[in-house]
Amino acid sequence: MSNTHKTQLSFAVIALLLIIIGLAQSWNVSLGILNLCLISAVMALGVNMQWGYAGLLNVGVMGFAALGGMSAVLVSQAPIAEAWQASWGQMVIAALCFAATIAVSIACYRKVAAGRNRNLALALIIIGGLALTRFFFDPAVTAIESIEPAKTGFLGGMGLPIIFSWLFGGIVAAGIAWCIGKVALGLRADYLAIATLGISEIILAVLKNEDWLTRGVKNVTGLSRPVPYEIDLQTTAWFIDFMRWWHSGSLGALNEVEQQLAFKQFVINGSSIFVKLCYTGLFTGVLVIILLLSVKALNSPWGRMMRAIRDNEIAAAAMGKDVTRRHLEIFIIGSAVIGVAGAMLTTLDGQFTPTSYQPLRFTFLIWVMVIVGGSGNNMGSVLGGFLIWLVWIEAEPIAVWLMTFGTSWLDESNVIRIHLIENAQHMRLFFMGLVLLLVLRFSPGGILPEVVRKQGS
Amino acid sequence: MEAITDFVSAIVLLLNFIVVPGLSYGSQLALGALGITLVFGILRFANFAHGDTMAFGTMMTILATWWLQSKGINLGPLPTALLALPLGITATILLLVMTDRTVYRYYRHSKAVPVTFMIASMGVMFMTNGIVRFVIGPNDQRFLDGKRFIVHARDFKSMTGLSEGLSIKLSQGLTIVVAIILVALLFWFLQKTRTGKAMRAYSDNEDLALLSGVDPDRVVLVTWIITAILATIAGTLYGLDKSFKPFTYLQLLLPMFAAAIVGGIGNPIGAIVGGYVIAFSEVMVTYAYKKVFVYLLPQSLEPQGLLQLLSTDYKFAVSFVILVLVLLVRPTGILKGKVL
Repeated sequence: MSNTHKTQLSFAVIALLLIIIGLAQSWNVSLGILNLCLISAVMALGVNMQWGYAGLLNVGVMGFAALGGMSAVLVSQAPIAEAWQASWGQMVIAALCFAATIAVSIACYRKVAAGRNRNLALALIIIGGLALTRFFFDPAVTAIESIEPAKTGFLGGMGLPIIFSWLFGGIVAAGIAWCIGKVALGLRADYLAIATLGISEIILAVLKNEDWLTRGVKNVTGLSRPVPYEIDLQTTAWFIDFMRWWHSGSLGALNEVEQQLAFKQFVINGSSIFVKLCYTGLFTGVLVIILLLSVKALNSPWGRMMRAIRDNEIAAAAMGKDVTRRHLEIFIIGSAVIGVAGAMLTTLDGQFTPTSYQPLRFTFLIWVMVIVGGSGNNMGSVLGGFLIWLVWIEAEPIAVWLMTFGTSWLDESNVIRIHLIENAQHMRLFFMGLVLLLVLRFSPGGILPEVVRKQGS
Repeated sequence: MEAITDFVSAIVLLLNFIVVPGLSYGSQLALGALGITLVFGILRFANFAHGDTMAFGTMMTILATWWLQSKGINLGPLPTALLALPLGITATILLLVMTDRTVYRYYRHSKAVPVTFMIASMGVMFMTNGIVRFVIGPNDQRFLDGKRFIVHARDFKSMTGLSEGLSIKLSQGLTIVVAIILVALLFWFLQKTRTGKAMRAYSDNEDLALLSGVDPDRVVLVTWIITAILATIAGTLYGLDKSFKPFTYLQLLLPMFAAAIVGGIGNPIGAIVGGYVIAFSEVMVTYAYKKVFVYLLPQSLEPQGLLQLLSTDYKFAVSFVILVLVLLVRPTGILKGKVL
């Protein structure tokens, strides 16, 4: 079976599964899953660029996704004028001090010859600079956090429509990726993995603790939306008319009182589905744009060079390719895509909760998507994103059902039975690991393996 | 006279909040990092599943502890978990040998690149994590019994008449003693026994060791057994000292990796040094020094702020910054790595 057929067939299977969920559970659930599938697919594309194109092992996906989430807050929240007034002077000085510290230490690193003197000077510059920064920064933070701490207590954002945060999230993630890449790329693959794992934990620690920036663990809720609210739709004339027309067949069969009740229900359900469909449209748009660009990039000379570097760094370097620079490039691009997906996710949730970022869900699950889908193949990553998210979500009810069914011979109040049913949801972790290992062992290329074009074909 | 008591008080304060916790946390990290470094030295990959191996071993020990407690068996002042350890270790050895047989052996025989091993270890991590959460649930479990303190802060105060108390938990003392015994045994094993020498030879130069008749399967088997012992004991000691929660063990992965790499990965002494370096820097950077300076400085110079360099939530950042510094300045680690 050719790869194209396999792709079509796989996506047909996914569509079928979503339709089955829609019929068996509800269309609301099915669309909810589809939206997260789309976001997962974008994240998987980002990881696939780094791992599939260039062989870079980024285990810090969670951190970049969280940066995207942060930018959703920074773009869409209204600025808190009082907080700015109370602190802007000190904040600017602190920022200048911080920038100066970095600039001076870089200059010192470049100009002074390596040795004990340089290390000592660097240590002094960094410690002194940070102390000076904190001298201005700490009072500013106290001032910001003391302004209505229960409601705001942070600087707020730019007050722009939240959809801009998708772009902004990508830019922020790219900027941080540049800093990280400058330091960590060039390390051996396993060291890079551990370094990125550490960085993602640090990013999370910052987001949890810097209340002036993101309100920390107090969370930011009620983010604005790029799509209409259900409650507004339910009172909008055209939507009500549309619903009346859509359901005219099933409504006609009922009497007056039943019609009223049923129609109300239809409008409520319909508004929720309509909102989800709007999101689906937006996310599909983003996914298609990124996918098209990725396919173009992978098939361009640039993509060929990336694969050449991945397959044999030394040979590529001998051909005059700047390996470290190219690695930095792809690391930044991939991280930006993850950042975009992170901003999309926070937009969909409507709130930013730093504690919800867990490495198993945000880093390792994405890795399972890429490996299972097929590393190096863009369609494979998209497929992996869809498939693994479906399995991840549906494994929970299935596991509970299996446990309930499997232990039905035990008494209702049996301790073991209750324990098994209660904890059945955790079996999905086990199952994910099993899927990853099976694919890695028996089909290392994934479901849709990378297409290697031979010369002349 | 008052100056002397103030000075002693400052020392006691540092002992209580930095030295004792640093030593016990460092010992736990060192035992964990030893497991990582052994797997790296022999099997040549960074084992992401190590944190969850620790969680699994601890869980088995906890289950055995509960079973012993229900039978009314205990160790008096010492925690019952010590008695349950052999059972936990046995279960962990079975788990690791099984994962090696089903997962890693195939890649070893097909001479896969280290990255493949690493991704496979992510799969194992998921599965182990799933088992642990399935069996014992994602919540906190306490299994500490017996005496709580070796030295109690109140007794210390009344004994010495100082205003600062020193408290040493039994779990902390136990951690340090067990770590010393275990490390001594490990080094004796690696240096003196035939199998230990074979392991070191295999880690140093695989081909040469194979040529000399070292049985690779045996070396790998022994490595996993030792890793299981170290991981279970490290995890149990950590659980006794703090508390057991599957998620915390996943988070321990980062400081343990940092310890192994900082010390020089593949080098057991390095792992121990690294463990203490990481633990002490975490504790020292996140401690608020205000009280110490209140004792040491005259009243007029009393500090205003907390004198805390970083809030405690940034302890991961500390291990990571040290890791990056070492990688940049001395990529082989403090002690030269990559040889057992």
